[in-house]
Amino acid sequence: MSTQTAAALPEGAITPSGEIVRYTYKERLCHWTNGVTYVFCLCTGLAFYSPYLYWLSVVGGGPMAARMLHPWVGVFFYLAVVWMHTMWKQQMASIPEDQQWKDKIKDYVENNDDAVPPQGRFNAGQKLFYWVMYYGALVLLITGILMWFPEKWRGLHGIMSVVNPLHAAAALATIGAFIIHVYMGILMVSGGFEGITKGTVTKEWAQHHHRLWYDKMTRR
Amino acid sequence: MPNENLTVKAISGHPGALGSGAAPEASYEVCKLIDTTTCIGCKACEVACLEWNGYEFRETTFDNTYQTMPDTEWNYWNLIRFSEHENSDGTLSWLMRKDQCMHCADPGCLEACPADGAIVQYENGIVDFNEEHCIGCQYCVTGCPFNIPRLNPSTKKVFKCSLCSDRVGAGLEPACVKSCPTGCLHFGSKEDMKFEAEKRATQLRKNGFEHAGVYDPAGVGGTHVIYVLHDADDPEKYSGLPANPTVPIMVRFWKHPLKWLGNVAMLLGVAGVMTHYLRFGPKEVDAKEAKR
Repeated sequence: MSTQTAAALPEGAITPSGEIVRYTYKERLCHWTNGVTYVFCLCTGLAFYSPYLYWLSVVGGGPMAARMLHPWVGVFFYLAVVWMHTMWKQQMASIPEDQQWKDKIKDYVENNDDAVPPQGRFNAGQKLFYWVMYYGALVLLITGILMWFPEKWRGLHGIMSVVNPLHAAAALATIGAFIIHVYMGILMVSGGFEGITKGTVTKEWAQHHHRLWYDKMTRR
Repeated sequence: MPNENLTVKAISGHPGALGSGAAPEASYEVCKLIDTTTCIGCKACEVACLEWNGYEFRETTFDNTYQTMPDTEWNYWNLIRFSEHENSDGTLSWLMRKDQCMHCADPGCLEACPADGAIVQYENGIVDFNEEHCIGCQYCVTGCPFNIPRLNPSTKKVFKCSLCSDRVGAGLEPACVKSCPTGCLHFGSKEDMKFEAEKRATQLRKNGFEHAGVYDPAGVGGTHVIYVLHDADDPEKYSGLPANPTVPIMVRFWKHPLKWLGNVAMLLGVAGVMTHYLRFGPKEVDAKEAKR
């Protein structure tokens, strides 16, 4: 046991320093694979979306390279979403506690956390983010493949005028969710970022934000 | 590079003001007039186009019609389309239409293009592709109501007829016009070409072609390539010349309301979360929580 580092412990394990493992190594690797591929597609995609953001194509190595890489990285993003889905599908399913959380969303947003009912591993807001990304990625994949080689299906010429804005609209939906996700992960929920990077959170953090999960993990 | 002899009117994917806009040329709108009623289908214009633009002649196909080249290509911008059209009275019309970029006053390609400087519209009406800046996304293909732009699969750049902007900038007529042996092609100011076209259409109507007319579709703001047709009531029979071409409505939606709403929503989203932080701050965990 002593050879095992804290970073490789299973979910719910208590580290020698008294913290609890929130996300395993595999979960964090998956999350950041999603994160990096998404941000690449976000920057290069925004470059093609607005002339005022064309400079963002530098992320992909310039406009021509960005046009070539965006679809490839997009496919990897989708594969990362599928990987995450195999891990978190059940945990992201709706449960009765979610409605209680939604009823108290005003208290949650205004940081009156004492009024918010205890939550499992993921609260209803996290689940909503997950499903926006999951279905958004699916729409982006289907429309994106059509936009990748429009010369291969010239017969769909008329349909492409709907496919292109649909791709942009799906991307905008994920961007809205993404802005909130990044804000909450980095600024709003102190300690959350450590959970998804080094993998552990304090027991107090776990009890405060995800009491049902904490109780389940420590009961065994 | 945009042609320095021509004044720029619009640039694709371009934020802010245009370039210098200073050019020596007196900017009147130019126009190519194609009189389909005097075209003999000799394809001299196709060869002249290839020669001037430096492309090789392509292998021909044979399907028992005069259509020895099935379609335009990235390096074959100009094609006579032959149509053996059966009229309602049982007679046959052998229709020939020189097909190439129409140089719309309201170009859907430029509307859709995200690449700064890849498509330029000049004050004289020519819509030119600058492959140097093309990223190969082919949004222009989606925006074009005439299905004109073609991708070079090896360079991933899109090409189309330039209306010989290089020749026009130097005071010459396009190569196709120069080569036409029957005088069915004319080049000049839009005003003059419209006048000539209407004169010819009037003459045709007097000579029994009662539906003869000029094709200069208003849906794309008019074009800088116009046709005289024997039957202007049914342009579709000229190998699919669209009756009422317009930039697709969803391309307009994508490039205007969706773009501006999206930009505003993204800005409001970022401003919203920052304001939330200022108003409510981070969620701090009470250290005594565990003992509660």
